[in-house]
Amino acid sequence: MSAAPGAKTFVIDGVDASATPGQTILSAAREHNIFIPTLCHLEGLGDVGACRLCLVEVKGARRLLPACTTRVDEGMEVTTNSPRLADYRQMTMQLLFAERNHVCSVCVANNHCEMQSMATTLGMTHVEVPYRFPALTVDASHERFTLDHNRCILCTRCVRVCSEIEGAHTWDVMGRGIQSKVITDLDQPWGTSETCTSCGKCVQVCPTGALFQKNRTGERRGKDPSFLPYLRTMREEL
Amino acid sequence: MSEKKTLATVWLDGCSGCHMSLLDMDERLITLSSQFDLVYSPLVDQKIFPAHVDITLVEGAIGNTEDLEKIHMIRERTRILVALGDCAITGNVSALRNACGAEAMLRRVYGESAHGPAQNATGKMQDIFVQLPRLFERVQPLHDYVSIDAFVPGCPPTADTIHFALSELLAGRVPDLSGVAKFG
Amino acid sequence: MMSHEELEQTTAKVQQEQRAAGDRINVCVAAGCLSLHSDAVQKSLTDEAKKSGARCSVRGVGCMGLCSAGPVVSHEPAQAVAAEDKTTAQPTRLYGGVQPGHAAKIVASLNQEPVRELAIDTAMPFFAKQTKIVLENSGSINPESIEEYIAAGGYRALLRALHEMTPAEVVQEISASGLRGRGGAGYPTGLKWATVARAAGATKYVICNADEGDPGAFMDRSVLESDPHRVLEGMILAAYAVGASQGYIYLRAEYPLAVQRLGVAIREAKRMGLLGAEIAGTRMSLHLEIRLGAGAFVCGEETALIASIEGRRGTPQPRPPYPAESGLWNSPTLINNVETYANVSPILARGSAWYAAQGTAKSKGTKVFALSGKARNTGLIEVPMGMTLREIIFDIGGGVPAGHTFKAVQTGGPSGGCIPESLLDIPVDYDSLMQAGSIMGSGGMIVMDDSSCMVSVARFFMEFCMSESCGKCVPCRAGTAQMHGLLTRITEGVATHRDLDLLVRLCEMVGATSLCGLGQTAPNPVLSTLRYFKNEYLAHIEDKHCPAGVCECATTPAEVNA
Ligand SMILES: Cc1cc2nc3c(=O)[nH]c(=O)nc-3n(C[C@H](O)[C@H](O)[C@H](O)COP(=O)(O)O)c2cc1C
Ligand code: SF4
Ligand code: SF4
Ligand code: SF4
Ligand code: SF4
Ligand code: SF4
Ligand code: FES
Ligand code: FES
Repeated sequence: MSAAPGAKTFVIDGVDASATPGQTILSAAREHNIFIPTLCHLEGLGDVGACRLCLVEVKGARRLLPACTTRVDEGMEVTTNSPRLADYRQMTMQLLFAERNHVCSVCVANNHCEMQSMATTLGMTHVEVPYRFPALTVDASHERFTLDHNRCILCTRCVRVCSEIEGAHTWDVMGRGIQSKVITDLDQPWGTSETCTSCGKCVQVCPTGALFQKNRTGERRGKDPSFLPYLRTMREEL
Repeated sequence: MSEKKTLATVWLDGCSGCHMSLLDMDERLITLSSQFDLVYSPLVDQKIFPAHVDITLVEGAIGNTEDLEKIHMIRERTRILVALGDCAITGNVSALRNACGAEAMLRRVYGESAHGPAQNATGKMQDIFVQLPRLFERVQPLHDYVSIDAFVPGCPPTADTIHFALSELLAGRVPDLSGVAKFG
Repeated sequence: MMSHEELEQTTAKVQQEQRAAGDRINVCVAAGCLSLHSDAVQKSLTDEAKKSGARCSVRGVGCMGLCSAGPVVSHEPAQAVAAEDKTTAQPTRLYGGVQPGHAAKIVASLNQEPVRELAIDTAMPFFAKQTKIVLENSGSINPESIEEYIAAGGYRALLRALHEMTPAEVVQEISASGLRGRGGAGYPTGLKWATVARAAGATKYVICNADEGDPGAFMDRSVLESDPHRVLEGMILAAYAVGASQGYIYLRAEYPLAVQRLGVAIREAKRMGLLGAEIAGTRMSLHLEIRLGAGAFVCGEETALIASIEGRRGTPQPRPPYPAESGLWNSPTLINNVETYANVSPILARGSAWYAAQGTAKSKGTKVFALSGKARNTGLIEVPMGMTLREIIFDIGGGVPAGHTFKAVQTGGPSGGCIPESLLDIPVDYDSLMQAGSIMGSGGMIVMDDSSCMVSVARFFMEFCMSESCGKCVPCRAGTAQMHGLLTRITEGVATHRDLDLLVRLCEMVGATSLCGLGQTAPNPVLSTLRYFKNEYLAHIEDKHCPAGVCECATTPAEVNA
């Protein structure tokens, strides 16, 4: 095998594999067509390790490690799926579904939602933890977009794309713990934001029905964040 | 071939859409029907839930005192209890009122509308509808109250999904929809 | 420029002044006693001393430990102040519950018998069983006087290290001492220093973690309020060892007295040439700044703390990279706890062998605890590692008050657990506490008697974790809220066995998958109470009854469905 200079060899799910220096387990796994579930990760954005779906077992490591932020080390032995991981991942999905109000049948993102399809992929058939049913608001003050806190999973993709790519830093997270929420500018209606350029990037990267474009219905509700890696690459080449 | 299985279907706090989807199986339903006796259902005339049922499909969530009594009774009398559709599994549309509570919902629907009933002594909307089962503050999924043997998500679950689930049940297996079933 | 000779001169001058001043009356003006208005006591003692013309001085000092007896005042007879050998000197008298009205009596008693009704027995096990290293100066020097710290032996270790040791030798001494981090996790300090020292980077930082946020903990606060120079000296030594020239002390804004005293200490140390550029005439420089935390518990977690210093939202980040490799502004950063730094100067002054001789095989030295709850004597104590919990609670703490029986001791705060009577003979060290399902933590120690409901205790800590969770990762943000909800159901007597099973599953999942220590350890109070007091959980669930009579359990099925 002719490896690139500095390439790391490692074992993933029992298969010998290689990674470029600094490459994450997630990125290397995808190159080898190994599926690791993710929600907060998005190609082209910085990683935060927040959703914990991508946790994998690494031989010799004391704890489970997030594949999206952990870099491949020489000789690493990674296991991406096990009964324990599957159980934790399902529980993570359950916690998300119970945290806010997800009513897929009447949601703008129905059939176009990464969270909804992830629940199917991970085999979630019901939610064992009690639903919290919090009273949350919807901000429809922006002329083109709407924010529905009921569907937000606090993945911070919107925060990251707006600050890392658009450079507007309109979004941020306010509050702590279960009270956390995304806000625009200084927690003011999105429509009154002075930093928002209305570029729509946050809407395209939002994995759920929390951010959506007004007047888009049916099959046109789908989102397309594929512009991100291109933008990144183009900027890096400049 | 073994004896025919007894099948019941129940409609609690739901829109009847799940039952419609059941009927959407069309001729496949007729094929399957040779394998079961429908002993209780909104679709048939039987008024009393039998003492022993092999399989019960329940549509809808638990929203009031009557739903709760029923689900406990049904659980006792059923071997395999199936939660059919999102309302039964998550609360779904029926639980949309949970964020504001029963009283606020009643007030909005009946109290603030132009021809709503007059105010009563307690000032509580619930007390106007004394003849009706009392609403719980929160609508909840079935498994919050009783143990459920199989979950068939969807709003409604597609006819194909129900067909798969029912076929499995009739073949004596508990349908496992993980990896297939989708909410919504 | 400060030299050894100058330190000795300062020492001689302070001692001379102290001898000339005669008897010494020390009033505790640390936060505990100050909250009981010990400043008024100090004032009336000062006035009284002046009025009577007695040959004595009145000074404010740091915590003397027995905070439950506050306001605390000590009286050192002139002969004892002057004595070279303190062991044969007249004993210091200790008074508790001192009010401004007692001033005249105390001043009048200087050459007479002690004031009986205020006297605290200094021979009692509370004092006799302690070993003081970190707290050796607490309560005996004026925390706002650098001269008094120097007279007590301070800054000698620093000057010796700067002039006679290489940075590597300093790291070696700390490694050899076996010192482990006192901020909670017990990571070997020498190893951490060596990593930072080895890390590539032109700029390195040292940080002192003084964010102390555990409920019931006040060890770090007390050290900073009582002996701030000890912490500064430790930090300067650390900076020398790892090659840092800039440092931060991250301190809770809720500790205004500590902020003020640390500010004074930094100014004084600079004035003396012990801090800032070219320390003591060497090429070593260290600039220290205080950064105030806004009271978020999670900002005590090292990566969140660093984010906060950088001006970002204080949320933890996945490690690796560890701060030692890439910390503040992506530079190698040493971050240690207040008490960890407070141990450094004694280790270098007296040698690693002396330090390593105390404690157990894997936990060296002493540990400061904030002893609180249902014990007769509560306050700040320092004991050698390896002392049993029983000795701490029943000898030092004096046991639980009459009419009650001991039930459990909680260590480690929201990350720790409850240890039952049957395990009281385990030694207090990192590993034994961990085995018992708790942790050493930063030093909170809460004694509980039969009036405590262990489910409520678990719920209290879960509530703390839930509201202090930063909200970044799913298991901690949503999981702590769910666990809190389930615990609430149990205390309300409406929970089922299904709820309990779910609680246990969530404990395991949240512990295994959370991003930082807050979520990873949040289940500990639940797991440890389930391990030792499961019967209390079952009583709430099966009998709708709280054995301790704390919880109001629902009694009718109607309430259950409401
Ligand atoms: C939620 C959380 C809160 C923490 N709070 C503190 C604190 O208040 N003080 C502290 O010294 N360490 C705290 N720590 C531990 C620090 O992350 C870090 O391990 C410590 O400062 C290292 O110092 P040491 O090695 O001297 O113990 C906390 C950790 C977590 C996870
Ligand atoms: S955001 Fe996704 S998971 Fe949530 S309700 Fe909408 S479709 Fe369902
Ligand atoms: S539309 Fe663009 S600028 Fe406005 S908040 Fe979204 S990403 Fe930021
Ligand atoms: S609004 Fe969308 S992108 Fe932003 S945090 Fe919520 S779910 Fe993620
Ligand atoms: S799940 Fe959907 S279709 Fe079925 S009862 Fe509920 S709302 Fe109607
Ligand atoms: S474990 Fe809790 S405190 Fe730590 S990062 Fe996750 S949410 Fe924040
Ligand atoms: S994708 Fe790695 S933690 Fe979310
Ligand atoms: S605060 Fe005064 S003795 Fe502790």
